[in-house]
Amino acid sequence: MRKDAQTIITSPEFQALVAIKWFVSAILTVIMLGAYFGFILVLAFDKTLLSTIIADGLSLGIPVGLFIIVLAWALTGVYVFWANNAYDNAVANIRKALKRSE
Amino acid sequence: MDQFTSTIGQPNLTSVLFFMVFISITLGITYFAAKRTRTTADFYTAGGGISGFQNGLALAGDYMSAASFLGIAGLVSLKGYDGLIYSIGFLVGWPLIMFLIAEPLRNLGKYTFADVVAYRLSQKPIRIAASVGSLMTVCFYLIAQMVGSGSLIKMMFGLPYELAIVFVGAVMIAYVLFGGMLATTWVQIIKAVLLLTGATVLVIMVLSKFGMNPVNLFAAAQAKYGAKVLAPGGLVSNPWDAVSLGLALMFGTAGLPHILMRFYTVPDAKAARKSVFVATGFIAFFYILTFIIGFGAMVLVGQDVISGMDKGGNMAALLLSEVTGGTMFLGFIAAVAFATILAVVAGLTLAGATTLSHDLYVNVFRNGRAAENEEVRVAKIATLGLGVLAVALGLAFKGQNVAFMVGLAFAIAASANFPALLLSIVWRGFSTFGAVCSIATGTTLAVVLIVLSPTVWVDILQHPMAIFPLKNPALISMSGAFFAGWLGSVIKRDEAAEARYAEQKVRAYLGVNVE
Repeated sequence: MRKDAQTIITSPEFQALVAIKWFVSAILTVIMLGAYFGFILVLAFDKTLLSTIIADGLSLGIPVGLFIIVLAWALTGVYVFWANNAYDNAVANIRKALKRSE
Repeated sequence: MDQFTSTIGQPNLTSVLFFMVFISITLGITYFAAKRTRTTADFYTAGGGISGFQNGLALAGDYMSAASFLGIAGLVSLKGYDGLIYSIGFLVGWPLIMFLIAEPLRNLGKYTFADVVAYRLSQKPIRIAASVGSLMTVCFYLIAQMVGSGSLIKMMFGLPYELAIVFVGAVMIAYVLFGGMLATTWVQIIKAVLLLTGATVLVIMVLSKFGMNPVNLFAAAQAKYGAKVLAPGGLVSNPWDAVSLGLALMFGTAGLPHILMRFYTVPDAKAARKSVFVATGFIAFFYILTFIIGFGAMVLVGQDVISGMDKGGNMAALLLSEVTGGTMFLGFIAAVAFATILAVVAGLTLAGATTLSHDLYVNVFRNGRAAENEEVRVAKIATLGLGVLAVALGLAFKGQNVAFMVGLAFAIAASANFPALLLSIVWRGFSTFGAVCSIATGTTLAVVLIVLSPTVWVDILQHPMAIFPLKNPALISMSGAFFAGWLGSVIKRDEAAEARYAEQKVRAYLGVNVE
């Protein structure tokens, strides 16, 4: 007999999996949204801040902008790293347990 | 350098040569792909046999349009820093695709994102509503791309607008019609590699004149045009406008049908994740390159020459390639830009055709029961129809200001497609009625509000005052879609769908089927 779906999703392992997945996703999403909307709201409210020339040929806005671009990529890297290790292992364990119970 | 006269717009032997090579290779691939494209899964998703890395490149290829290469480089060359703000907006949606939808999307769907929304809801109403959202997104994006490509090709090669449109349409139809997703994916991959290589070489050639240090280049720009080119200008001024546009770009990326469809070309959720990581990396790198290319053009070509050639600055990257690498390099970059145009419209057409055949024909008119060869045939007819429509729309909108249509496509994607997709994945109580309300509200608000916005009401229809204040409607239309989804689900619950949520949830997270 295969376990039915309701039993699986109420199992502590599955609920822990869903909880940690959304915890990680939520944190990374909030960082990305915060960085981007923070950036454009600073632009909207105080343009002069990012216009500050910090060196010849460099305004503050340039490194900040590049930082957000690199951050976006780095965050996807963090997620992949986490998911490939923690998440996939947890999924594999739950799947193995399901197989055994068949 | 002051006496620089460009050969852009004249027939260029190198570019014709490079372009012929590109066309021969891609049509050759299409020929081989055609032999391997028999089933619906082959046609729509290349049989799911694309690797994560390949799909990442193809996703980047789908996203890096000629408009973003030539347009953003041009914007930077004329406005400086503002171009970077624009690029950042287009990039930041990618991480959200990864965090919020990539894995469930791959695990729950087969060919289109509507598969996910309709997974446990009533097929017909959902498929019809989702098709409207998808097709509108695809069509507005397609019009913007076709009209842009006609004018770009005219500027680059001196080819008449109409001829350019018909040529782009014909080659694009050949890729999709005969080679399906397999050919389309390889066209994207080749184009992405060419575009990234071309842009990288261009940047190296520019930076070699500035001691390989971009800051020296920015300093030269500052010396020539003042510190204002390094500072934010008029692009972001009203905070509400900025937030609304930001929402459209971020969540619209996560609702573009031709991007979402690519997640079904890889074998599993792990490969889907990897493809977003690869795509985000290449797109990020590409936007950094276009920023340097823009400043290179500003300093080495000069703003007068750039805006003299095209008011929007679209020829900046090409002029720069001519100044740094001569006519031959110009030919190469122009051919790459042309290839870029072809690849992007091919991806859009395939997504639109899949919606027409898989969502509408099979799941609405044939109640989900259609023979394999019948569905492939319908998909091919849809491809041909949509390709011809794209050409017709490209011709019909000649000379029109269609730039707003990209913003509109993103607004519809963010309002009609993304909320329904996310809610169907995460919320047990999301009902059929709620989903239809959400998609209908998102689409209607996005379209109506953009017509009443300054973008269309003032800039295009020439009225003195806009009725709706924001330039992009996403802030209202996307929130409206989420609200309507909730309200509709509360008013009319769907117990059958709630009962099936457990099974959907197991599959979404574990990628396995259970009873």
